[in-house]
This record gives sequence, C-alpha cells and structure tokens, in this order.
Amino acid sequence: MTNNLAWLVPLPTIIPLIAAGLTLAAAGRTRIQRAVSLTALVSVLGVAAALLFLADRRGPQVMYVGGWLPTEGIVLVVDRLAAIMVIVSVTVTLAVLTYTIGEGRRSADQDRDEASPLPVFHPTLLVLSAGVSTTFIAGDLFHVYVGFEMLLAASFVLLTLGGTRSRVRAGITYVFVSLVSSALFLIAIAMIYAATGTVNLAVLATRLELIPPGTGLLLHVLLIFGFLIKAAVFPLSGWLPDSYPTAPAPVTAVFAGLLTKVGVYALIRTQTLLFPDGRLNTILLWAALATMIIGILGAIVQDDIKRMLSFTLVSHIGYLVFGIAISGTRGLSSAIFYVAHHIIIQTALFLVIGLVERAGGSTDVRRLGGLAQRAPLLAFIFFLPAMNMAGIPPFSGFLGKVGLMEAGVENGSGVALALVAGSAITSLLTLYAVARVWQRTFWGEEKGSVTVRDKKSIRTALTAGVVVPTVLLVTVSVGLSVVAGPLFEITDRAATDLILRSPYLEAVLGGAGS
Amino acid sequence: MSPNLTLVVLAAVLAGTGTHLLMSRSVIRALLGFVLLSNAINLVFLIASGPAGEPAFIDDGKNGVMSDPVPQALVLTAIVIGLAMTAFVLALAHRSWQLARSDEVLDDEESARIHTKAEANELDGPTAEEEAATIVGAFAEQETSEEREVRE
Repeated sequence: MTNNLAWLVPLPTIIPLIAAGLTLAAAGRTRIQRAVSLTALVSVLGVAAALLFLADRRGPQVMYVGGWLPTEGIVLVVDRLAAIMVIVSVTVTLAVLTYTIGEGRRSADQDRDEASPLPVFHPTLLVLSAGVSTTFIAGDLFHVYVGFEMLLAASFVLLTLGGTRSRVRAGITYVFVSLVSSALFLIAIAMIYAATGTVNLAVLATRLELIPPGTGLLLHVLLIFGFLIKAAVFPLSGWLPDSYPTAPAPVTAVFAGLLTKVGVYALIRTQTLLFPDGRLNTILLWAALATMIIGILGAIVQDDIKRMLSFTLVSHIGYLVFGIAISGTRGLSSAIFYVAHHIIIQTALFLVIGLVERAGGSTDVRRLGGLAQRAPLLAFIFFLPAMNMAGIPPFSGFLGKVGLMEAGVENGSGVALALVAGSAITSLLTLYAVARVWQRTFWGEEKGSVTVRDKKSIRTALTAGVVVPTVLLVTVSVGLSVVAGPLFEITDRAATDLILRSPYLEAVLGGAGS
Repeated sequence: MSPNLTLVVLAAVLAGTGTHLLMSRSVIRALLGFVLLSNAINLVFLIASGPAGEPAFIDDGKNGVMSDPVPQALVLTAIVIGLAMTAFVLALAHRSWQLARSDEVLDDEESARIHTKAEANELDGPTAEEEAATIVGAFAEQETSEEREVRE
C-alpha cells in the first residue's frame, strides 16, 4: 500500500515546535508572536482534520522516522483515536490562545504585576501543544514518555508564571507529583524492555502475549500506575484540585482540558493494544466509581469556582475510566466521545470563569452575586456548558453518559451496575454543584463590596477579544450535540478498530515486517 | 540472561533511599530523592541492556556480538530530561525560599480553610450577608485609612 500522505503525520508536533522557536526569537514583539502562534495552531488544526479524514478512509497513517524498521526505530502512528484527540486538543489550545491574545496584554498573567511581562507565554503554550500531539501520535512507549515530559516541562512553566507565592506553592506539589508519575512510567518502560526487548507499541502487542502472565501483570500494573496519577484517578487525584486553581484562568483552562486527558489516552492505548486481557478491569471499575463519587462530593463544598471545577474535573475522569474498563465497543466508543466532549466543556467553563473573574473581580462565590443582572450574556454562556457538564438532555454530556450507562447495563455485572447507579448520582450531584455556584454567583443581591462595578466597567472588562473566543468554544461545545451522530459513528469505528487491534498492527508491522 | 547482581542491588538501594527522601516535606530533600530515583531507573535500563563489555557498534564483522544500543539511547534521553527537571525544581525551590524563607512544602490555604469548616461541622459557614458585611467593613476601613493618608 503506497501512501504519499504519511508525511502529514509528524506535522502536529513539528509545526508548533518550529513556531515555538520563532516566537521565542521574537520575544517581546507581541504582534509577530501572535501572528506566528495563530498561524501555527490553525495549520495544525487543518493537518489534524486531514489526518482524521485519511485515518478514517484509509486506515491508520504510519510514518517510519528515518526509514527504520518498527523494531529498531521510531514509528509515528495516527489512527482514528489519535486524530480525534489531536483535533480536539488543538481546538481548545487555539481557543485559549485567542483568549489570551484578546486579553490584550503581552503576558497571560492575571496578576496586575506589569513588571513581569512574560514573552515566554506563547512559546511555552506551543511546546505544550507539541508535547500533547507527540503523545497522541507516538508509536512507541518511550516516545509517549518524551511527549509527556515535553508537555510537563511546559506545564511547569505555565503553572508558575509570575512566580507568586501561591503559584510556587502549587507548582512544587504539581512538579513533584508529575515527576513521580513519570518515574513510575520510566521504570515500567525499562522493565518492559527487559522482558520483551522492544518499546514499540505494535511489536509489544505481539510479544507481551508470550511472556508469563505473572510478569505481564506486574508490567501492566507498573505502567498504568503512572497513567492513573496523570489522569487523576482516585486515590491518586489529590494533587489536582490543589494545584490547578492558582494558575491564570486561561492556563487552568488548557490544563483542565488537556493534561489529564493525555493520561486517559495512554490508558486507552494500554488497555486495548498492550494488555487486552482485561485482568485489571474490575479494579479499574471500582477506582472509576470512587473517582466519580469522591470527586463530586469534594466539588459540592467548595467556595471557589475554580476549585469546584477542578473537583468536577476529577469526578468526570471517573466516567472515562468507566468507559475504558467496561471493555466493549460500546463503552470504549462512548469513552472516546466523552473525552472529546469533556476536553471542550472543561476548557469552555474555565474560560467563562476567567470572564467571571474579570467582571466580578473574584472567583470566590462568597464575594460574588447578582452578576446575571449586569452581565446577562455571561450568565448565559456559563449556564450552557454547566448544564452540558451535568448531562442535561439534549447536550453532548447527556449523550455520552447514556452511551456509558448502556454499556454498563449491557455488561450486567454487579460492579458495572453499581457504576451505572454511581454515574447517575454523580450527574445529579454535578447539577447540584453547578446550580449552587450559579445561584450564588449570578442570582441574589450584589455584594456591594469587592465587586462594585457598574455596567461600564464590566463592558471594559469583558472586551470582545476575550468574549468572542469563549463564546466560540461554548458554541463548539453545544455544536457537539448537533454533530453527535456522525461523531459517534467515527468513535464507534475507532473503538471497533481498537478492540480488533489488527488494523493498527497491520498498518505498523505490515508495511515493514513482511 | 542473568543480570548483573551488583547493578540490581545498587538500583534497589538507590530507589529505596530515593523514595524515602521523596516523602520528605523539605523541597531539597525531595529533589535529592528524585535524583536518586532517576539514577536508579537509569541503572535498570543498563540491566535491561544485557551483559556489558561488547561494543555498541558492529565491529567489521570480526565478532558478530554487539551490546544492545537501544537502552543506551533511551537512558541518554532519560538523563537529559532528568537534568532539565532537576534544574527547574532547583529554581522553584530557590524562588520558594525567597518568598517564604522556608524549604517546606506549604499547605493549600483554601483547602485548609474548608477542612476546618468541615471539622467544625458548619459547612455553610457564615451566611453570605455576614461575610459581605465583614468584607465591606474591611474595605471601608482600608478606604478611610487611605483617605487619612491622602489628607496627611
């Protein structure tokens, strides 16, 4: 099978990296930085759309870097799952980038500290984007690790932007947790190499079946432990709500959208391609249940909206793990759909909260109130994604949850049914949590205090530059319900391929192995 | 293939001490723990690469044996990444010390506040009106003091 378009595969990594270099060279020249970053991300979006089309029509696209065989060299692979993930991740990065441009400052730092202009914001965001794409297109475990480290290093810088006290505190926790999870992942890679003599995913898939089951289980546990920390699955989720909320709003938005989902993506690959025997599925299902319930119980008591959203983020990771561990086409397809939905919805919500912070001066519900009167549009664009996240029909959150629940009922085991009940309860509690925030932020009396702002000052705080990207992203999130049919068809096909494994293996090994 | 026992023991000791140090609240101790742990991992890669002593490249076919070059490439990458991460944590630790004059990882204030509320079993906390009143009070005070400053 000759394929002339495989050169597209590495572009989602290469373009942002080149752009990162250019923007770093143009540090301080705001206009050039903006133009380069925007061009780069828009073109990656185009490439990703082309890749999805190719992967969907012609099967996984494979690039043998340097022409080496998959057993020896690096392979980059884009199948439907990877293409969907790249598209969604670039979309939210683009939205966040336009939001920060709309803020009108050279830095994306929310502090009123003009003394620290941060020309590094654009390059770092681009490196983050490149790292995320690398993880998605990687065809071997070590490349996944390198992608993780790229996006982690970028996220360390973004989280501690400005170096204020609270951010440094949050940064230290976050950095150490990330380092430990990477260390675990690296140990797993070393052991897998010792056991099989390869790190290539496709070759591993064929060789891992041959090693003794006990050794396989050890490798499996080691490998997913690192991913579960990254994905913030309970009981490994404590770090997330402490570290995310301190960052500037757009940074939290991109973190919430992307970083945990990279762990989820790695988990999907591990569970379907490397260890399809599903021996850990029951444990994962219990972990999913605990993540959902404990996460959302944490969200209910929070006063700070950003912290509340961080807890719901943890809670909804439970749904994704549920879909992965239920191990059927239906569950997996819904999980992929839910990942796409969740990335967009979380980013949109955090951007809206960024607007709330600009309009109300705070994200603490004890200091906010009556915003709906003065900023009705803001109330509306908070309401839509909030209801979407809670899973109110006809939004995409509802569709994803129905798919997961159907998969759970289809499975029929006790723990699966417990999860179906758990996800219904979590959904209701999410509704309660967002309604509580909604009521205290947008309704009620204005607190005549920190938030004393008249209509005029709100209008200057909510300039078109920040409102338009947010509204666009909210529109995309609502639009997911409109295109849910075709999207579900693609995720169904993606899930079928993942469970069959043969399309992936043939695409990688067939071309070179035979 | 039987692995080199010295390397195995060394990796285990490094990983053990590294993990112990990582549990520490002191940032620098935890960083040292990470450094030890990552070196332990590098050794695991060396163990994975098989017996030592063979050339990493094929030697003109004189003797067909060569050691596996892939783990060495991997370990090189891991060392470089570890170095970069260590440098970043050092910078962060220094900044933390500059700001807080302490090497400890601090608790999250918001989390601690909610924790005390939960322990006191008053999750609703003071009512919104009370809080607003105190905040308004604080602001009024601040404003009057500012006015006073201006007058002076």
